[in-house]
Amino acid sequence: MRAIVTVIGKDKIGIIAGVCSILAEHQVNILDISQTILQEYFTMIMLVDLSRCAVPFEELSRILKEWGEEQALSIRIQREDIFNAMHRI
Amino acid sequence: MINQGEILQTIEMIDQQHLDIRTITMGISLRDCADSDARKSCEKIYDKICRLAGNLVRTGEEIEAEFGIPIVNKRISVTPISMIAESSDASDYVPFAVALDRAAREVGVNFLGGFSSLVHKGATVGDEKLIASIPEALASTEFVCSSVNVATTRAGINMDAVALMGRIIKETANLTASSGGMGCAKLVVFANAVEDNPFMAGAFHGVGEPECAINVGVSGPGVVRQALRSAKGLPFDQVAEIVKKTAFRITRMGQLVAMEASRRLKVPFGVVDLSLAPTPAIGDSVADILEEMGLESVGAPGTTAALALLNDAVKKGGVMASGHVGGLSGAFIPVSEDAGMIAALQRGSLSLEKLEAMTCVCSVGLDMIAVPGDTSAETLAGIIADEAAIGVVNNKTTAVRIIPAPGKTVGDVVDFGGLLGSAPVMPVNRFSPAQFIARGGRIPAPLHSLKN
Repeated sequence: MRAIVTVIGKDKIGIIAGVCSILAEHQVNILDISQTILQEYFTMIMLVDLSRCAVPFEELSRILKEWGEEQALSIRIQREDIFNAMHRI
Repeated sequence: MINQGEILQTIEMIDQQHLDIRTITMGISLRDCADSDARKSCEKIYDKICRLAGNLVRTGEEIEAEFGIPIVNKRISVTPISMIAESSDASDYVPFAVALDRAAREVGVNFLGGFSSLVHKGATVGDEKLIASIPEALASTEFVCSSVNVATTRAGINMDAVALMGRIIKETANLTASSGGMGCAKLVVFANAVEDNPFMAGAFHGVGEPECAINVGVSGPGVVRQALRSAKGLPFDQVAEIVKKTAFRITRMGQLVAMEASRRLKVPFGVVDLSLAPTPAIGDSVADILEEMGLESVGAPGTTAALALLNDAVKKGGVMASGHVGGLSGAFIPVSEDAGMIAALQRGSLSLEKLEAMTCVCSVGLDMIAVPGDTSAETLAGIIADEAAIGVVNNKTTAVRIIPAPGKTVGDVVDFGGLLGSAPVMPVNRFSPAQFIARGGRIPAPLHSLKN
């Protein structure tokens, strides 16, 4: 299963490193990353592969969200299907 | 890969524009639960609902977590109870409502619809018993919703049932007076009721439906309004295009969730209901969309035309996005559940008569309207008859969900809490239809019912 991770918040050092290490720790493979700074806001979008993920989806989502809150970032993970359904025919 | 702009747009719709799946509703046939012993029948009903819907709420929550889209309600609709209870020896059907309520509580849904009767051409003994049980059933349960179909385009309007429902609504309000007449918020009187509606309070699982089905209702007035903000001053052709594109996106998501729920629960997918359903949250309002089109306040001249365009464009955009479209499909205008409607009422720009006109072109009818507590049963019946006539003649579903709020008068506000919101009490025409309603009988089906 593939999913999209989005990270939005004020820019600072170590955001990518932090998110990537959580993903690596849970056997989540990163397929693609794009990152920009929009009006001082750090916006990162990752396409990830969860086929070897060691924890249930809800658990991974909670871990990312909680780490994000500690760093004052909004982090979410959603299955890729929802974006495909909405934007592709 | 989907591009960054599209991903952020989806997230913004969910985060800031209240995009959500309004309901996953599991329709369950209870036709095998009839029994000559009412107690046994109630047990069968309870057991069957718990067996089929045991995983409904959990599955909804899993989908919500994985797709990151809120699924606000998980609900159940069942076969109209009059058809099930009729085989039993019971004279009072309240115990059936209590059994449904227990099952709803057990599986964790927030509403269960189907304490219902279809009497558009006439009532059976079971229908009569069910309707007589409605006030107490709604007063003594928390989750059960009731509906009665009093008219169809094919059969005409059963005016005896219309008159009776006026009295039943009054009685329901009085029995639930301590909560502002809350029972009436769970009671819908229909013309041309549909069998696969996932929305409450009017959902029931029709007789032509399968054993079990998943029906999904989408929402998203906030998203449509935001999209229209970019269309200031543009002609209506372009307004319609924007609404269609937005409705398509919203509905695709509904279809995805419906298919996923159907697969996980191993229950066939029924329909997606293409609806713009508001909530009391600021920014989640159908009234705001109409005002975004250029009306100073909803109710102003032009409101019916604006709603007609909106309703039609939602259907056109949504229909290609879903495999099976059904239910009520259109824009809802429940007064108490829409902050923009409430504001318009308080400003004095919206009247009951204008709402009635709007129901000619929107998906349902006079919905969640509070009127003074001293409104007579005959006047309520007159309002129902007018709505039914609109539905029957225009070949569409119409409904009345009206609350004669006990002890309240024009200007007071009745608060129902949660999704049901709060309703300012509206003035009602003070002239009486009592002699009209007292005639009884049936208003014949219109000429265009003869289609064969």
